[in-house]
Amino acid sequence: MEMLSGGDMLVRSLQDQGVEYVFGYPGGSALHIYDAIFRNKAVKHILVRHEQAATHAADGYARVTGKAGVVLVTSGPGATNAITGIATAYMDSTPMVVISGQVPSEKIGEDAFQETDMVGVSRPIVKHSFLVKDPAEIPEIVKKAFYIAETGRPGPVVIDVPKDVTSPAETFPYEYPKKVKIRSYFPAEKGHSGQIKKAIQLLLEARRPVIYSGGGVVLGDASKQLRELARKLNYPVTNTLMGLGAFPGTDKQFLGMLGMHGTFEANTAMHHADVILAIGARFDDRVTNTPEKFCPGAKIIHIDIDPASISKTIQADIPIVGSVQSVLNEMLELLAQSKESPDEQALADWWQQIEDWRGRHGLYTKNRFEETGQIKPQEVIQALHEVTGGDAIITSDVGQHQMFTAQYYHFNRPRQWVNSGGLGTMGFGLPAAMGAQFAERDQQVVCVTGEGSIQMCIQELSTCTQYHLPVKIICLNNQALGMVRQWQDLHYDGRYSESLYEESLPDFEKLMEAYGHVGIKVTERSELKSKLEECFAMKDRVVFMDIYVDQSEHVYPMQVAPNGAMRDMWLSKTERT
Amino acid sequence: MSEKQSKRIISLLMENAPGALSRVVGLFSQRGYNIETLNVAPTDDASLSRLTLTTIGSEHNIEQITKNLNKLIDVVKLVDLTEGSHIERELMLVKVKATGALREEVKRCVDIFRGQIVDVTSTVYTIQIVGASDKLDAFVQAVSDAQILEVVRSGVSGIARGEKVLSL
Ligand SMILES: Cc1ncc(C[n+]2csc(CCOP(=O)(O)OP(=O)(O)O)c2C)c(N)n1
Ligand SMILES: [Mg+2]
Repeated sequence: MEMLSGGDMLVRSLQDQGVEYVFGYPGGSALHIYDAIFRNKAVKHILVRHEQAATHAADGYARVTGKAGVVLVTSGPGATNAITGIATAYMDSTPMVVISGQVPSEKIGEDAFQETDMVGVSRPIVKHSFLVKDPAEIPEIVKKAFYIAETGRPGPVVIDVPKDVTSPAETFPYEYPKKVKIRSYFPAEKGHSGQIKKAIQLLLEARRPVIYSGGGVVLGDASKQLRELARKLNYPVTNTLMGLGAFPGTDKQFLGMLGMHGTFEANTAMHHADVILAIGARFDDRVTNTPEKFCPGAKIIHIDIDPASISKTIQADIPIVGSVQSVLNEMLELLAQSKESPDEQALADWWQQIEDWRGRHGLYTKNRFEETGQIKPQEVIQALHEVTGGDAIITSDVGQHQMFTAQYYHFNRPRQWVNSGGLGTMGFGLPAAMGAQFAERDQQVVCVTGEGSIQMCIQELSTCTQYHLPVKIICLNNQALGMVRQWQDLHYDGRYSESLYEESLPDFEKLMEAYGHVGIKVTERSELKSKLEECFAMKDRVVFMDIYVDQSEHVYPMQVAPNGAMRDMWLSKTERT
Repeated sequence: MSEKQSKRIISLLMENAPGALSRVVGLFSQRGYNIETLNVAPTDDASLSRLTLTTIGSEHNIEQITKNLNKLIDVVKLVDLTEGSHIERELMLVKVKATGALREEVKRCVDIFRGQIVDVTSTVYTIQIVGASDKLDAFVQAVSDAQILEVVRSGVSGIARGEKVLSL
């Protein structure tokens, strides 16, 4: 058998696991591992400029490929810098394996230089973690880490590796396990057939059905099944922020996103539904509004791979624990055999009702753009959709620009939309775009950001230079922490406490130049489209579009909170449902 | 969701590995559940620990607690003992100041509760009582005339009645 040091075993295990890229940053406790990286030719290491970006890049890579993203950081500050990205991945169930260096075993607990208890610090935001005690365990731990990260409800797994464990001084027999078994871990697969039958029965009896699908359909690769089911039944579909793309955004059966900034028709249809089929969605508080007022007349079927997500905030009438793909396949089979079909008249009436609501969608249409003469953020996203043919992979940061993108870039395929929904992490967009670009070298990758968010990981422009990542950055520059400002308008009488920068924004054009990229400033509506075209014509450059948009714009619709129901929304600054 | 609260005894087998206990305990603080008592020790299988905890919560809370505990990779098997008939035991050691007339009275109380005096000095009794938690509570109440110097309780441990076992 091959004899390898702990450090070499670790990197070889990654190679044998099929890892293409490791996003990382070196430091003392990780140096044996970095030396092994140097020797290894198969696993490519991507040197970011901040460990937070390593985790977001790995996250972006994972969301686009479906494979675990891999991160390597040193102990202490390297590990703690990674925490925000691990929490981001945890909240959105991204498969990720984070390897952190640790001080030598005999120093653990002594407050050694750059020691933090990584397993302890990360505990509430990981699916599982390992502290390696013995080099011989490395291959099995790596195998287990990937297995746990990628199966069931995916999530981040931390492997904390004390420096002595990776020492080159000693070698061990190396073999990468083909399979692992964990006696306490059996991710759900097939759903309960009896429950699935009941669900079909209820679905077929529905008169005002809505299919509400979430990130689980993307993660569980069940977009095809979702589409088939929706077509077969001709039921309306709404997607959560995390589920966008799972059902085509331009399809006539699609009601748009639901929730806090969901469309009028999606939220209203949900409120009046008699049967809701929830698939891989978790009734997040940004979706349900006030739980006690949530969809009063609806019976709820809830399919999820995570039993703890079912009946957590909203009681399910028919819970089904299983992989969404497997459960939907079984539903499709049952439907194919069934002689019953939905009540055609009821469904036609329901669609008629929905079409009426659709007329009020609450989104901005062309004629509203003239109001101030300034560029509206919504029209930037519409123009972006046009110029990219609706086909780009879009990442975003967090704020108004994120919501505008979710509303106006009608995503047509899963894994096309990459955003931090659960944690809402500003700084996510650019590094996630890098990860996405590594995943899909030939795809156009675009990061939609705000002048606030971009500055939280702007150092990654340098990483883009090093690895020739031609991502396009569309900055909706409203010269404010816009989403904060919106809330201050709505709830604090316009007292803009610390949401303005007072003329301190950098000259982004010059900044881009300094990094070797291209910056384009747009202030006139008339040049929006042509400048965007110019941007996307520069195929192999990073281009930063600094687009000045109307600062006073709010994101609408916006659910009324607190104490509102799904259907209670502001449709503009003055119109309320 | 505000429903009726009840006390539950949740007993689980988990990997006898570093970090496992902190994951279980951490889950409770992270999700805002409370732990009333906690008791953990290795089993006949050295790779496993048995952990028993009592918690108070609504039906909905308890369901979430057991689901989330089950999700922990270190948790191998779990049972809510309160769902079936079960035996609940807790051990308590109490140090009581016992002088003069009280000495006899405390002794009588110990007998009634089927406890034992496991250590004696001229002024102090150390008493051991085993039983369900409410019996221990009742004992503390019963000797409250005497001066209680120290109370140590093990936390509840429990086991299902009859043939039912919690094992691999
Ligand atoms: C790391 C982090 N800190 C603070 C927040 C709170 N927050 C949410 S949106 C927002 C404003 C974002 O401003 P910008 O990036 O310019 O986007 P805009 O809303 O203006 O489009 C802030 C501060 C956050 N989501 N993430
Ligand atoms: Mg802004």
